[in-house]
Amino acid sequence: MSSSRPGFRHPDLAPNEAGYTIKDYEGGASTLCAGCGHDSISRAIVQAFFESNVPPHQVAKISGIGCSSKTPAYFLGKSHGFNSVHGRMPSIATGANMANKDLVYLGVSGDGDTASIGAGQFIHVIRRNLNMIYIIMNNGCYGLTKGQDSATADKGSISRKGAPNLLESIDLCEIAIQMGASFVARGFSGDKQQLIPLIKAAIRHKGTAVIDVISPCVTFNNTPQSTKSYQWVREHSEATGTFDFIPLQQEIVASYNPGEIAAITLHDGSIIHLHKTAEDFDITNRRKSLDALEEAREKHHILTGAIYVKPDGQDTHDLLSISDRKLNSLDKEDLCPGNSVLQDINDQYR
Amino acid sequence: MKPTDINHPEYFHKVIDCQYACPAHTPVPEYIRLITEERYTEAYMINWESNVFPGILGRVCDRPCEPACRRGRIQKEAVAICRLKRVTADNKGDITQLLPKVPKEKNGKKIALIGGGPTSLTVARDLLPLGYEIDLYDDQNKAGGFMRSQVPSFRLPEDILDEEVGYIINMGVNAIFNHRVESLKEITDKGYDAVFIATGAPKGRDLADLPGRQEGDNFIHIGIDWLAGVVFGHITSIKKRVLVLGGGNTAMDCCRTSRRLGGEKVKVVVRSPKEEMKASPWEIEDAIHEDIPILDNHVPLEFVVENGRLAGMHFDRVTPQYDEEGKRSLVSTGEPPLFMECDEVLLAVGQQNAFPWIEEDSGIVFNKRGLPELNPDTLQSSLPNIFFGGDAAFGPKNIITAVAHGHQAAISIHRFLQGRDMTSQPSPTTSLTTQKVGFNDWMYDNTVSSDFRFSVPTRDKTKTLKDRLLEVELGFNREVGKKEAYRCLNCDVQTIFDASTCIECDACVDICPTNCINFIENSDELSLRKSLSIPANNLEQSLYVSEPVKTGKVMVKDENVCLHCGLCAERCPTGSWEMLKYIYQSPKAYNDNE
Ligand SMILES: Cc1cc2nc3c(=O)[nH]c(=O)nc-3n(C[C@H](O)[C@H](O)[C@H](O)COP(=O)(O)OP(=O)(O)OC[C@H]3O[C@@H](n4cnc5c(N)ncnc54)[C@H](O)[C@@H]3O)c2cc1C
Ligand SMILES: Cc1ncc(C[n+]2csc(CCOP(=O)(O)OP(=O)(O)O)c2C)c(N)n1
Ligand code: SF4
Ligand code: SF4
Ligand code: SF4
Ligand SMILES: [Mg+2]
Repeated sequence: MSSSRPGFRHPDLAPNEAGYTIKDYEGGASTLCAGCGHDSISRAIVQAFFESNVPPHQVAKISGIGCSSKTPAYFLGKSHGFNSVHGRMPSIATGANMANKDLVYLGVSGDGDTASIGAGQFIHVIRRNLNMIYIIMNNGCYGLTKGQDSATADKGSISRKGAPNLLESIDLCEIAIQMGASFVARGFSGDKQQLIPLIKAAIRHKGTAVIDVISPCVTFNNTPQSTKSYQWVREHSEATGTFDFIPLQQEIVASYNPGEIAAITLHDGSIIHLHKTAEDFDITNRRKSLDALEEAREKHHILTGAIYVKPDGQDTHDLLSISDRKLNSLDKEDLCPGNSVLQDINDQYR
Repeated sequence: MKPTDINHPEYFHKVIDCQYACPAHTPVPEYIRLITEERYTEAYMINWESNVFPGILGRVCDRPCEPACRRGRIQKEAVAICRLKRVTADNKGDITQLLPKVPKEKNGKKIALIGGGPTSLTVARDLLPLGYEIDLYDDQNKAGGFMRSQVPSFRLPEDILDEEVGYIINMGVNAIFNHRVESLKEITDKGYDAVFIATGAPKGRDLADLPGRQEGDNFIHIGIDWLAGVVFGHITSIKKRVLVLGGGNTAMDCCRTSRRLGGEKVKVVVRSPKEEMKASPWEIEDAIHEDIPILDNHVPLEFVVENGRLAGMHFDRVTPQYDEEGKRSLVSTGEPPLFMECDEVLLAVGQQNAFPWIEEDSGIVFNKRGLPELNPDTLQSSLPNIFFGGDAAFGPKNIITAVAHGHQAAISIHRFLQGRDMTSQPSPTTSLTTQKVGFNDWMYDNTVSSDFRFSVPTRDKTKTLKDRLLEVELGFNREVGKKEAYRCLNCDVQTIFDASTCIECDACVDICPTNCINFIENSDELSLRKSLSIPANNLEQSLYVSEPVKTGKVMVKDENVCLHCGLCAERCPTGSWEMLKYIYQSPKAYNDNE
């Protein structure tokens, strides 16, 4: 009887440049259903943070409620974490970010957590462009409460319950772009080759980086007629182009034919490379990105990959001109500079 | 790559690294698991069936299995496979009722075995249950061969040897002891249906050409003759200062025995660098522990005899040099020769085969090295009714190889005497049985121990150096034995994949602690090895390639560091991974029914 993972890892697996081993990025044993897409996303997060050389103690993972929101227990076991209230992950993340803007904030949520009860929070955190990664593990249902259709379930999609969904679905990527998100991508739990670089780029991006990851619920929503099943997603996904992420520290060794590559430089100098395909569009153009999403939707396709990137946006701290120093480092002297300073200020209004 | 043929009996056999490396293919993980269940007698019998001398080998086996052990690839040290064998022997119950029954009614065929070492004893054990009449000739007064005359009692106590040799002799061997065969004709004239020759490699190499060898003869001994002399009580002491020349296990036994017979300053001198010494690392360690320095890169030049007594030896100091092909030569450093004082010298510089008793016109063809020309598969010589095995066949090896030869020879002799086809070999007996008991519940313990290798407790050397009969090692007690047994990774519990039901959810890929599993585009082996999530650089380990899954990709599993933890099977939502125990029994004469 086990399910606890042995402590050994592949002997050829060297530590990363920051000196951490892959184990330093792992978490506890998953209690999700075997085959749940969320576990694969967890694994992609582990791999992406490992490859990005982010020290685990520099990460704060925050989640809401749901099977998806349980996953922070299964990755980054040495990072800070807060499993919050249903739909309230963004406000907790905002508070934490205000206190210490120097951590990497990883918000983890579900489609129920984000598109239903937390829709308001989702919209407003994006408007504020809070510097965080916002991953939605999107299975089109409320997995934890036994698989009710969620707001991202496509109209007509049939889950294990057997009845087609009657309501229009919400496309979280479209909303995110409309709300001014500066980084929007869509992944699939069954395609880590695409997902890992997306997460790595999101780690380096400044502002809210939304990644909507289709993540089949094997137990309640993996029927052949469900548009969030392994089979359906594989048959209907269409990538925006092969995606490479070149972190700043890494020398660019690959040589590309300039005509075939679109390069987007992020805030910290890291570069996203998009290999152009026939149906290329400019992912820095908000309108074209929305069009591409709508076109794919009409064709019953799922558009995956990087969908919209605005690399040079201002995050919440910039917008609100908040102190350059992280707020939790300000002590009494900084906050109450004394009577003479108060007098000087008052004098300005005399 | 083509999908792997997992029905080929050798595919999963190879995954069981230890069993595959064991010349007698002992089902190692199976007996180790039985130790964790305290089923010592069964564990012993599994060994006995394969390697015939578990109590002996559990103390002195050369252990080719341990360097192969998977545990050694994930944690520096292998499972103590050999010493766990001893645990089965130390804790077993009475096994006499479990031994094979030998029919009273004989089958009418008579076989002579020449030499009473482990090879012949194995042949006897395998053929007696089939009704053969067996005469065994040996020049000693008891059976066991070199296990008796060479391997010192402080490593292998006589009672252990007597017990396991006794099981076989008591099955009904007609033993003709104290009988040195001086002529093959003498034997063949007796009308045996087949003759098996396993007389070992009984001649120790000398350094006859070295100056001073003749003059110092009283003080210079051939190692293996000297060791036999000690065992048989002709030699009871040695002088204080002893040089042992040679870097193999014989040298280690010579120096350690010297320490017990009065040698106070005992040194081992080796021509080549230490790293190239033939002796097993653990034997070298034991010698060093008994205060015996090992001096490498010293080539003997001469024995110095003064006033009729050996005064010492001169050595040339050398350094190893390697040419482009990596071939090593020893080149003198140019320094003046080094003189080492000593009273006696033991030569342990190699063993040779010798068959002075086989007539030149016997019809048996020998090669340039003085070894018989044999069919390597059947061990049959140029005379169809004469077979060879053990050290006599291909030069000095070890006990477990001797046992493996014995099994093979028994098969060949049986087939030959039944007039059956000798060109093909019988197949192993194999079985695959599910390990699933219930949800995440397995018949084997799939938690992977992170304990390091336990060391075997020993007696204090102040005691053992005084008595050459006192065994140094005490063996694991049951408790530690069990803990060591839990270090075994159950490599015989195989992961078996069904591509037809897989939905490619990646759950197995994600959970696998050692990144064995990949779903990728198929390609040739080399490109596949390179493109796995962690490249499969250990070319000795197989890739398990499946039929295509739905997307057209294939599942490729690198067997190299699979922990056999079963988590892939536990996390698969569709039951596409199964854990099945693979039992592989190498063929024996008594179950060769093909
Ligand atoms: C010092 C030393 C230490 C060793 N330690 C180990 C060890 O720790 N572990 C290990 O695995 N192996 C060890 N070996 C090797 C091992 O003993 C042999 O490989 C093994 O015993 C070979 O078995 P065999 O049956 O081929 O022959 P042997 O064991 O050599 O038996 C041959 C027998 O035939 C007899 N004989 C020979 N000629 C005649 C004749 N003409 N008539 C009648 N009888 C004859 C011999 O006296 C002997 O009894 C050691 C060897 C030496 C020399
Ligand atoms: C305030 C509140 N309302 C309702 C619930 C019940 N509830 C728990 S999880 C959940 C939905 C989870 O769906 P999703 O976020 O998609 O996560 P999944 O389990 O599908 O990964 C609901 C409605 C709750 N825990 N708290
Ligand atoms: S119920 Fe669905 S979402 Fe929840 S763990 Fe099971 S498969 Fe995953
Ligand atoms: S048994 Fe399965 S999960 Fe465990 S190491 Fe082997 S392949 Fe990986
Ligand atoms: S867990 Fe099972 S279904 Fe999922 S990819 Fe592995 S074998 Fe296939
Ligand atoms: Mg959900």
